[in-house]
Amino acid sequence: MQQIINFLIKNKHSLLFILLLFLSLIFTIQSHSYHRSKFVSSTNFISGGMYGWQHAVSDYFSLKEENKRLLQENELLHNQLSALGIDSLSSKFIDTISFDKPYTFTKARIIKNDYSKLDNYILINKGEKDSIFADMGVITDKGIVGIIENTSKNYSRVISILNSNSRINAGLKKSNQYGSLIWDGKDPNIVQLETVPRQAILKEGDTIITHGRSTIFPRGIGVGTIINYTLDQNKSYYLIDVKLFNDMTDIGFVYTIKNRDAEEIKSLEKLKYE
Amino acid sequence: MNRDTALHIGRFIILILVQVMILNHINFLGFLNPYIYIIFILLAPININKSLFLLVSFLLGLTIDMFGDSGGVHAAACTVIAFFRPVALSSVFGLSYEFQTVKLGNVSFGERLAYVTLMVLTHHVVLFSLEIFNFSHILLIAKKTLFSSLFSIVVIMLVLVVFRRNDS
Repeated sequence: MQQIINFLIKNKHSLLFILLLFLSLIFTIQSHSYHRSKFVSSTNFISGGMYGWQHAVSDYFSLKEENKRLLQENELLHNQLSALGIDSLSSKFIDTISFDKPYTFTKARIIKNDYSKLDNYILINKGEKDSIFADMGVITDKGIVGIIENTSKNYSRVISILNSNSRINAGLKKSNQYGSLIWDGKDPNIVQLETVPRQAILKEGDTIITHGRSTIFPRGIGVGTIINYTLDQNKSYYLIDVKLFNDMTDIGFVYTIKNRDAEEIKSLEKLKYE
Repeated sequence: MNRDTALHIGRFIILILVQVMILNHINFLGFLNPYIYIIFILLAPININKSLFLLVSFLLGLTIDMFGDSGGVHAAACTVIAFFRPVALSSVFGLSYEFQTVKLGNVSFGERLAYVTLMVLTHHVVLFSLEIFNFSHILLIAKKTLFSSLFSIVVIMLVLVVFRRNDS
């Protein structure tokens, strides 16, 4: 017994080192598996607050750009309204209750955006207080951004499509074939769409959209356009390079998507497996 | 609490703030960021309590991880270089480290560069191996380690020169 204690005292630095290293390795491994990295996260009060404060200052530098983007989106929406024959004056009362679609959109501001690592996360300034919860989709007016992964009272962490853990269903606009979006970590504006069956007819420049096969994104949110495609080794699936509509290095405001029917759909899916 | 302790605590906080607020957003050439917060570990007193030093280094890394959403990669890298600092010190400074007379302010430029390079390289190898965590990306690990190390070393040397203490 005496010897064990002596050994512990003699090697206390090495043992402490091994303990700390082990601890940090656990955090690292957790962060590499989806939905597990709850412990070390920037959604907490200190880092979230600091990023919010920092963004309150740096926001002013991108106001002009942001204005231009809003005007463009407004223009698009106005055009769509007039194409539908609705005049913006005659339909002043669009309340969310009478929407027959189950989706509600909430705007949020990005206060931290990463794109230079292999696993990137985005922090937004809305949280549980604004009824934002895990597994909600995040988009901009141009296309998809990611999925909410972790929330606190005032902030939420988004797992960006530029993350090796992210798998988002998307497919071709002109047909119903679909695959999952992954990222190889090279170019922040190009993601890969895999497991699209070889029966699909592809052309460079084809549009990729979300297919609404999960409860996260509704059908028809833009993703990007095909710039290159190859068949994989077994010649059964395509591997497609997709150029994103969003410039992931330059996004300011986003919308989160809440699906009111998500619970219902999930409870049905659960039945299937039991 | 004497003046030195206050200096180290202040350095700890300022380095973290500068790192997460400014340097993590540089993204030079799309992916390069200098990691200068390890200056805290470089400049820690030679005769510091080893266990305390390991704990503080771990805490430093964990704080950077918390801001950067990177799990525990900085914590691991910091703990490793804190543990191996005596090795780096004795291999670079030799005898003068044995007698605990080294002051980083008044060693020659070559020695200082060797010390900084050794520590930064170790730190970055651990950091990027864990961050990418995939042997099929080994080239990416090498590329990121090499270029980020160069960037970090240059910035750290500049910071050390600019903020040199004149009280020897």
